Parts: sequence; C-alpha cells; structure tokens
Amino acid sequence: MQDTLSKEQAFEDKIARGQVIEPKDWMPERYRKQLIRMMSQHAHSEVVGMLPEGNWITRAPSLERKLVLLAKVQDEAGHGLYIYSATETLGADRKELIDQLLAGKAKYSSIFNYPTTNWADIGAIGWLVDGAAIVNQTALAKCSYGPYSRAMLRICKEENFHNKQGYQIMARMMRGTKQQQEMAQDAMNRWWWPALMMFGPSDKNSPNSEDLMRWKVKLYSNDDLRQRFIDRTVPQAEAIGLTIPDKELKWNDKTRHYEHGEINWEEFNAVISGNGPCNKQRMNQRIKAHEDGKWVRQAAEAYAAKHYN
Amino acid sequence: MQNNNDTQWMLWEVFTQEKPGAPFEHAGSLRAPDKELALLNARDVYSRRNEAINIWVVPADAITASTPDDEGPFFDPSNDKAYRHPNFYKTPAGIKQI
Repeated sequence: MQDTLSKEQAFEDKIARGQVIEPKDWMPERYRKQLIRMMSQHAHSEVVGMLPEGNWITRAPSLERKLVLLAKVQDEAGHGLYIYSATETLGADRKELIDQLLAGKAKYSSIFNYPTTNWADIGAIGWLVDGAAIVNQTALAKCSYGPYSRAMLRICKEENFHNKQGYQIMARMMRGTKQQQEMAQDAMNRWWWPALMMFGPSDKNSPNSEDLMRWKVKLYSNDDLRQRFIDRTVPQAEAIGLTIPDKELKWNDKTRHYEHGEINWEEFNAVISGNGPCNKQRMNQRIKAHEDGKWVRQAAEAYAAKHYN
Repeated sequence: MQNNNDTQWMLWEVFTQEKPGAPFEHAGSLRAPDKELALLNARDVYSRRNEAINIWVVPADAITASTPDDEGPFFDPSNDKAYRHPNFYKTPAGIKQI
C-alpha cells in the first residue's frame, strides 16, 4: 500500500515536472483506464468518421474532388490505426476494442451521427468538423502520454489538408450561383451546432475533467477549446459570406472573444445515447464493412501461414 | 455478432529513414499478416507524404527493451567514467586544433 502511494506520488511529481509517460512506466490504474477510454473513443471516431464522407466519394462533382476526398478518407483510416496502436501500448486488446464498438458498447464522436445530405456537407465537414478536431488534437499533442501525443502530432499535420480542402469547397460554392450559396449556408446551419458539441459537455457538467487536467491528459477545458474554435472560425465564415446560425453571437471587445448562444444539450445527450439521426445506420454500415472484410483478413493470414512459416 | 475465428493480424513496429544518411526512427505500429504486407502497409500509412525513403518493419514481439526501472542501475556505469568525454583532458594553453 505504502509502495503504491509513493509510486503514485512519484508519478504525480513526474507529470508536474512536465515529463512524458511512456508505456512501460508505472502509472495509476485510473490514468491507464481513462486513457484507454478516451483513446479508443477517439480511434473509433476516426473509423466511423469515414462513413459520412465515404457516402460522397462516388458522387463527387469532379475527378479532382473525388481524388481529394478519397485521400482524405484514407487519411482517416490511418488515423484510426495510429490511435488503436497507441491504445494497445496501454495493454488494451485491439480486437476487444473493435468488438466493443461493433456491439454498440463503445462511444464515438456524436458528430458522425448526422447525415451528409448533399455535396456542401462535405465542405462543411472538412472545414468545421476537421477544424474542431484540429483544435482538440493540437491540445492533445501536448498531453502527458507519449504514444498518444506522438500520434496526435502526426495527425495534426494531415488534418490541415482536410480543413483547407473543406473550406475551399465552401468558398467556391459561395462564389457560385444563388442556389449553390444557399446550399453552402444550409450546410453551415446544420453543422455549426453539432461541431460545437464536439468539444463535449460544458465545464459545469464534465465528470471526468479534474483528474484528466491534473494528469495533463487534457490541457484545456472543453469550454476553452470550444471558444478557441469559435474565435478562429467566425472570421473564416465572414470572409466568404457565410452567416453563423447563432443570433446571440457577438464579439466582446473586452475579453477579445466571441460570445455565443446556449448549446442544445438535450440534442447532444440524445445523440450520444444512441438517438441521433444516423446512429443505427452508421453502426450497421460499420458492422457490414467489418464482416465483408473478414474473408480478406483470413485469406491473408492463411497465405502468410503457408509461405512464411 | 459472431467474431469467432476473426483475426487482427500480428503487430509490427515501423522504423523510417527520412533522408539518406539520417538515422532510422520509430514511426509507429501496424497490423499485417506477413512481412511483405507489413512493408506495403507501412509505406501506405507512414510514408503517404514523402516522410520516408527507407522503411524497416519488425515483429513487435521480436523487440527486447530496457525497462524504466533500469534507468538508475542499468545505465549507471557510464556516469563514473568521465574520461570517456573529451573535456576530461586538459590541453596546454595556445593549442587550438585538438
């Protein structure tokens, strides 16, 4: 007992000094569990996140857009891989994590339970959803767990491409016909609030935050990161003539931040507990993709057994 | 859902060299059923944007690593051997190129 206490103290001191924790270092069980929870949800989000965009690969409006979208969706698969691998360094089993996702027992980002109804949504996702992810992940790149932080650094470099290609889609539509402008604004109206919800519950209702902040798993609170996203995104919207769908949004010259209206937390809670517009569809697609790929995984393994053992 | 007989393939560690003459660095991990696919997957995942000109893939269980507890005793012997460093040696005044 004494031993665990002193180990825990040494661990806390190490974190306070800004040292990075590596897989074989001693760590409190709660630190390990919280990281596995956060990182596996993050990995699942990358993988499920391919579905709403994959929906538009065959219907992209030009060959160039199709190439770009394909490259972006491939990146997301890679991101899933990086984070699953980083989660495994904590002793989590990848098969177990994936089984939990497919059995509906694991969470993933609520944003992917919204439908992509037209091409403008692909612009809005790259710009707003990846934009929000960048704000989140830039912070996580400085977190105390080495493998997670390194995965985030790699991911952040790639997300900038995602963010810019999305913004370019929106910008081009805003220079197009009246109908295209309306499509872009409509996508903005539908994706803005769900993008703000990506930062999680308000600080007042964020049950896991205190430990995570002390352990430098989280470096900023949900509300701080949300604010950072709003501050950088509003001028981008204005620059291309899009209106933020929030009547209470206004610049505060004293705080040098935008003030925003209340987020609809009922909707947030409904979506994370499985009642968003596309939860069932996403899970069914994910399960089908996993089942359809099964023979490939088995065939490759059989081939390896025959040729390399 | 039936997940029996499902496989996630074996775990590999990936090391990449960024440019000629540079050391190989750990880039990350991946899953693959054999070394050929491990190399292809490593190229696809860890060198999508010219991050590597050479890649090593190593089965993760083939790696032997020191443990954090070794930090003191295991590396200790090098601390008391100051004569391994050039600044241990005094040179006469006026000598510059040594």
